Amino acid sequence: MGWDKMKMNGAQILIKALEEQGTEYIFGYPGGAVLGIYDALYESSIEHILVRHEQGGAHAASGYARVSGRVGVCLATSGPGATNLVTGIATAYMDSIPLVIITGQVPKIMVGTDAFQEVDITGITSPITKHNYLVQDVKDLAKIVAEAFHIAKTGRPGPVLIDIPTDVSTAICDYRPYENVDIRSYKPTVDGHPNMIKKAVKLLIQAEKPVICTGGGVISSGAFEEVRELIELTGAQVVSTLMGLGAFPGNHEAFLGMLGTYGNKLANDVVQNCDCFVALGMRFDDRAVGNVDKFAPNARIIHIDIDPAEIGKNVKPDLPIVGDLKNVLQDILKKMRKRPEGMSKKVRNKKVSTQIHKGINSPWILQKVQEIVPKTTIITTDVGQHQMWTAKCYSFDIPKTLITSGGLGTMGYGIPAAIGAQLAMPDNLVVAITGDGSFQMGMAELGTIAELELPIKVLLFNNKSLGMVRQLQHCYCNKRYSAVDFKKSLDFMALAKAYGAEGYRIENINEAESILKEALSSKNFTIIECPIETEDLVSPIVLAGEGLGNMTDIS
Amino acid sequence: MRHVLAVWVEHHAGVLSKVSGLFSRRGYNIESLVVSKTEENGVAQMTIVVNGNDRIIEQVIKQLNKLIDVIKVSDITCDETVDRQLLLARVTANNDNRSEIIQLMDIFRARIVDIGRKSLMVEATGDEMKIQAIINSLQPFGIQEMVKTGTVSMVRENKEGSGWGGIK
Repeated sequence: MGWDKMKMNGAQILIKALEEQGTEYIFGYPGGAVLGIYDALYESSIEHILVRHEQGGAHAASGYARVSGRVGVCLATSGPGATNLVTGIATAYMDSIPLVIITGQVPKIMVGTDAFQEVDITGITSPITKHNYLVQDVKDLAKIVAEAFHIAKTGRPGPVLIDIPTDVSTAICDYRPYENVDIRSYKPTVDGHPNMIKKAVKLLIQAEKPVICTGGGVISSGAFEEVRELIELTGAQVVSTLMGLGAFPGNHEAFLGMLGTYGNKLANDVVQNCDCFVALGMRFDDRAVGNVDKFAPNARIIHIDIDPAEIGKNVKPDLPIVGDLKNVLQDILKKMRKRPEGMSKKVRNKKVSTQIHKGINSPWILQKVQEIVPKTTIITTDVGQHQMWTAKCYSFDIPKTLITSGGLGTMGYGIPAAIGAQLAMPDNLVVAITGDGSFQMGMAELGTIAELELPIKVLLFNNKSLGMVRQLQHCYCNKRYSAVDFKKSLDFMALAKAYGAEGYRIENINEAESILKEALSSKNFTIIECPIETEDLVSPIVLAGEGLGNMTDIS
Repeated sequence: MRHVLAVWVEHHAGVLSKVSGLFSRRGYNIESLVVSKTEENGVAQMTIVVNGNDRIIEQVIKQLNKLIDVIKVSDITCDETVDRQLLLARVTANNDNRSEIIQLMDIFRARIVDIGRKSLMVEATGDEMKIQAIINSLQPFGIQEMVKTGTVSMVRENKEGSGWGGIK
């Protein structure tokens, strides 16, 4: 083997190991403690994407990972470079997104001395990473990179951080590719217990009003065909968490929409009245289930998840199955195919489409966007009202077409995530749906989009306020709107011009469709501003402390 | 309820903070935690005594298992175990009561490990109840200084040969 006796420094070993993992892109930002790594990158086949802020790098890597199904890689220097990644890492952790994050660190001998740009990033990120490493010896580096990828993408995926002191990246060592990762303390359970599978089949056959809920786990396990077949065999109705949207076609007659606080009323009602609730790769987040004690009172709950710690954490299931959803569902299907009895009697509710009023409002605009763009369009969102309107009013018919920060709810996610998504799928249309609050948080990355000449479309709903917080104050603070209104109107068209983007502004309803058509079919980076009413609300909602069955019209 | 967890972990830097950090950020209360090397190279063992209801303990165990550096977690609360703490105590003593203290410590099979003009140092091992009994009996004389370890536990051999059976 040609690898024998290949002397390299730590930085070169890192880049070589990343190449061997099939890394296409590194989203990064250079600095003093990663000089060596950037020097090694100079000769690499990996394309480095220079972002404008490290947080954008982590989000872009996350967008890339979600769309491509591969591990996203980002890179930053020590100290502030590393701390700027933190929100991006936490976002990926909450949504179980596989990332490998490389940070530079001060030399080993200076660790602990409060040296310039020193920060204990492994300490800081230990609650928000699946695992992290502070590399002590260059000899361990190849192994650590291989382990990090393995940990990030297997089991319940998540971010893994590797902190590399500068003297480790300059130290010389023989390089040998590290294969066959075997970590004695890490063996995720991938197959469901046969007894549990038998019981699940029995429960599903007995159920008269079963509901299946798709969570983000359906997307990470790729169990799309299995879910489809399960729904056909059982005649169950389908709801989804925010993270699960797209896992099952939104336009299917069995699909009733998103459940939860901002969910579709019918979806929530059907969940509350079902006699069997099948949770697929979801974690019963409070925004998804409302008041836990009032959740689906008459249902037997089957919870399938790869992470044993999610079972019984929030809602106690009647039947827990730990395993990879794809394997577990295949096992369930094998048994169900032999038992066609009892499948036809299932009750199915008639799907009702959301009432949308014609006018310059987000639901109507989103409906028009849906009519114009192809089904393969990837939608990224920021966080706030626009995100909930998108989840409710836009039909995600293909997996991995919605890229959004679900668990952490990170404003400023949508624009950098769109960069990663567009790089992963260069031929797909990518639309970043945002609000004026979130947009101004993620705006730094407009420069990255411009430089890469990515044809991303930014759809900016401008209500001159932080709409979701305003809405919360409307409900819970007796309409005392505190620090939510932007008093100064910004010229987003001038901003578009500054970044060389095409700028469009939807001023009135008559021209709305033609503007959207023109803007969305452009070959260039485009910003479409759509002014909406500050008073618009996402309604109805489940108020705090209420069960899903009790939705309140707050408008 | 009080639970005793035996946790085997990879023996390298940062593991203790990952484990203790898990307890503090999820709001679990550690009563005591002892870490030590084991017979297996590269493996350390933690004996963690933690309070909580069944649901909390179930989460603690699952969350510990999620840590990549954790090799194995056993709840040995209901197992037949040998439990030990180590106590060192400096007790006020004078010519009148020195022999009384020594006699008392003999009952507990504790040892006198240092004698000063005005004090005695006592060393004792035993389970939590015994150590507490020793402390109670020393208190009337005046305990000047006291340190004690948390509990370490080892499961007795049973027919299944339970306990740490190497890394499989």
